[in-house]
Amino acid sequence: MSGLRSFVARRLLLGVAQTVAVVLLVFALTEALPGDAAVALAGDQPDPARIAAIREAMHLDRPAYERLADWATGLFHGDLGTSLTSGRPVGQYIADGFGPTLLLATLTVALLVPIGFGLGVLAARHEGRLADRLISSVTLAVYAVPEFALGVLLVTVLALRLGWLPPTAVGYGTDLLGHPAALVLPVLVLLSRPVCSLSRLVRAGMIDALASPYVAQARRYGISGTRIRYAHALPGALAPAVQQLARTVDWLLSGVIVVEALYVIPGLGTVLLNAVAERDVPVVQGLAVVFGVLTVVLNLGADLVAHRLAPRAAVAA
Amino acid sequence: MDDERFPGLHRRGFLAATGAASLGALALAGCGGSGSEGSDAKGDGTPKRGGRLRAAFAGGGAGETLDPHLANLFADAARAKAMYDKLADYGADLSAQPRLAEKWESNKTLDRWQVTLRKATFHDGKPVTAADVLYSYRRIADPKQAFRAKASLDPIDLDASRATGERSIEFVLKRPTAELPNILAAFGAYIVPKDASDFDKKPIGSGPFRFVSFTPGRSAVFRRYDDYWEGAPHLDELEFVVANEESARVNALLGGQVEYAHELNPTTARAHEGKGQIEIVRLRNSAMQGFAMKTDRAPFDDKRVREAFFLIADRKELVDGALSGAGVIGNDLFGKGYEYYADGLPQRAQDLDKARALLKQAGAEDLKVTLDTSAVAAGFTESAGIFRDQAKKAGVTVDVKMGSKDSYWADILDNGTLCCYRSGALPIEAHISQRLLTDSTTNATKWKHKDFDALYQQAQSTRGKTERAAVYERMQRRLYSEGGFLIWGFADWILGTARNVGGVSTKAPANTLDWARFDKVWLA
Repeated sequence: MSGLRSFVARRLLLGVAQTVAVVLLVFALTEALPGDAAVALAGDQPDPARIAAIREAMHLDRPAYERLADWATGLFHGDLGTSLTSGRPVGQYIADGFGPTLLLATLTVALLVPIGFGLGVLAARHEGRLADRLISSVTLAVYAVPEFALGVLLVTVLALRLGWLPPTAVGYGTDLLGHPAALVLPVLVLLSRPVCSLSRLVRAGMIDALASPYVAQARRYGISGTRIRYAHALPGALAPAVQQLARTVDWLLSGVIVVEALYVIPGLGTVLLNAVAERDVPVVQGLAVVFGVLTVVLNLGADLVAHRLAPRAAVAA
Repeated sequence: MDDERFPGLHRRGFLAATGAASLGALALAGCGGSGSEGSDAKGDGTPKRGGRLRAAFAGGGAGETLDPHLANLFADAARAKAMYDKLADYGADLSAQPRLAEKWESNKTLDRWQVTLRKATFHDGKPVTAADVLYSYRRIADPKQAFRAKASLDPIDLDASRATGERSIEFVLKRPTAELPNILAAFGAYIVPKDASDFDKKPIGSGPFRFVSFTPGRSAVFRRYDDYWEGAPHLDELEFVVANEESARVNALLGGQVEYAHELNPTTARAHEGKGQIEIVRLRNSAMQGFAMKTDRAPFDDKRVREAFFLIADRKELVDGALSGAGVIGNDLFGKGYEYYADGLPQRAQDLDKARALLKQAGAEDLKVTLDTSAVAAGFTESAGIFRDQAKKAGVTVDVKMGSKDSYWADILDNGTLCCYRSGALPIEAHISQRLLTDSTTNATKWKHKDFDALYQQAQSTRGKTERAAVYERMQRRLYSEGGFLIWGFADWILGTARNVGGVSTKAPANTLDWARFDKVWLA
């Protein structure tokens, strides 16, 4: 167990280093974008005197390293800084955007796991037969449809033509849970591709596992087919799927811009998009920290779960 | 802003929107002051009281504010208009109409104006006074704040201006200013109560709707103000919701989630016009579209080259291609349909032979120019591509260069030689003062001529309107023959409304008084 503990410690340290690197990179890239927050705010009235005044009001006239250092100092005290454009705390931006994002991600994952794993196991059990071919071809086809196209198609058919569901969540931003019907379409779009990739991974893993020597050995012992499938083959097949799942959760939490825009859900993706357009560097950096930490934690969690499921696979740090 | 505004722009929040987007310039105005439920309003029948109208706009994200002096995007302007008033606002022809100001009178030399306020109250019941007006204007002009309307208020000497009574103010001007009413109507020049500085909590204005709630980037809810000076609105409640994607706004409207959708694409309008599901409203002459030639550098420092470019443009093709036909052709002058527009000048048409001859005279055969464009406004990249093909026929090679949409306007101000340009509605006088004088802050064509500046001063010092119109006509003739703006069209601003919405003005260009005005709107 101490091996595991030092593995976790090393991974966490590495994660901190990675997050710092991401933040520095994001800062440098944002600085490298043409124009700054003052130019973006001045918009079509680029009066040089006005831009200079805005720049001064935002303290953008100070050197970049000083601004970065100030921000980093605040971060150590748990302060993510304040937005350049509104003067409101960055923490509030993230807290406001996180609610809708977390809700969508939770619903999606709650449906994704049973559906993805179920379809994968089902296809593997009927390898080469009708059920397998049906599942495989449908998942491949759905996977090939871009989210945006699928989103528009679903709105047109289910919301506008048939009138079964609301087309967007416009105006429900503060109370999405109060309007569950508005969440159906976005969750369907978010599910579409991950279900396909996950079920195909599970199917491939199951087929490999069912053909493996340890399953053959189990069969020779006369263990029942169900128990072999779920207690022996499935855990081995899950390891790659768990890591895929972690990547999916990371994607869901780091802002799903297309779905948010199409269905008017004010999540983190929308916050990020606006912040970049406004060159609101503190908000962009705050999001980079949150996304960096999420990625590190989720991947670490996935590695630990995979380790537990398939201990023989060496854990690489 | 952003937008792609037709397509895309909008994603961004700000300006790009304003920022994009925004529009350009900005001004606002309205039609007649009052009223407007007349023949220019959509919807039959008598107004009905009650109900909540939901209006979808592209917005500015979590950084949005209800501070009316920070208004930048259309959504900001629409919210500000619901809660606040200006002293004046623009009619459909961009002439200033009295609003909180009941009347204005100047002295003989036009450098002192007496403005009398009408009897109006803020939402907390306190009267709107001269002190509130002076506080608001001084706040806007604060050099530390960089509010958008600061440049518009520049001609007013606010230190010398004073209250001469509870409801009367004497404005002292730094120079003769015949068009002071335009300044009172400037974009963002709203009147807030004296000492107001926190607009996040329970903001108070004198407009037709009172504050109820506001979640930046999501929604703002307002309620009818029963004591509004112009009569209480028909609606009980008004909710502004933010949807940055055009497709989301249309879908929400079609699905009955909103009753009003601002800023739709021409293709959407065509798909739904006359189909009976929703109503499409086209606000004409809302956005000038053109190219800006820098007149202080080669090749455009030769007026023959500028004239050749005027003759290269096939305006109809540009309107049809870049605006999907949603607009009218331009005649290289700003402000078609606005007060003082020189509509007597012959419509320019494509004449490639003459263009070639002019280029030859100027020694500019085989001319190569770079045209800066960006996805910052609807139709920009399309118009650049179309113009490149048209120029080729006259032997001119146009190299189209795409720029960043977030910094486009600052990038093109001093750099390059030729760029795509647009402007929202504003008075012709404001267009001239902001863009065509030697000391203009956004002079993208580098049009700097002392005699032209003198004509502008002459207009501002002329009391009689007819005489003033004659001076504006002279200035426009000069711009028509050798100016730096090739103005090929004016885009419609397109709205969609549910069928039960009445009282939406169909004549008011974007940014004028009756545009996005909800106190005269009702739900049948």
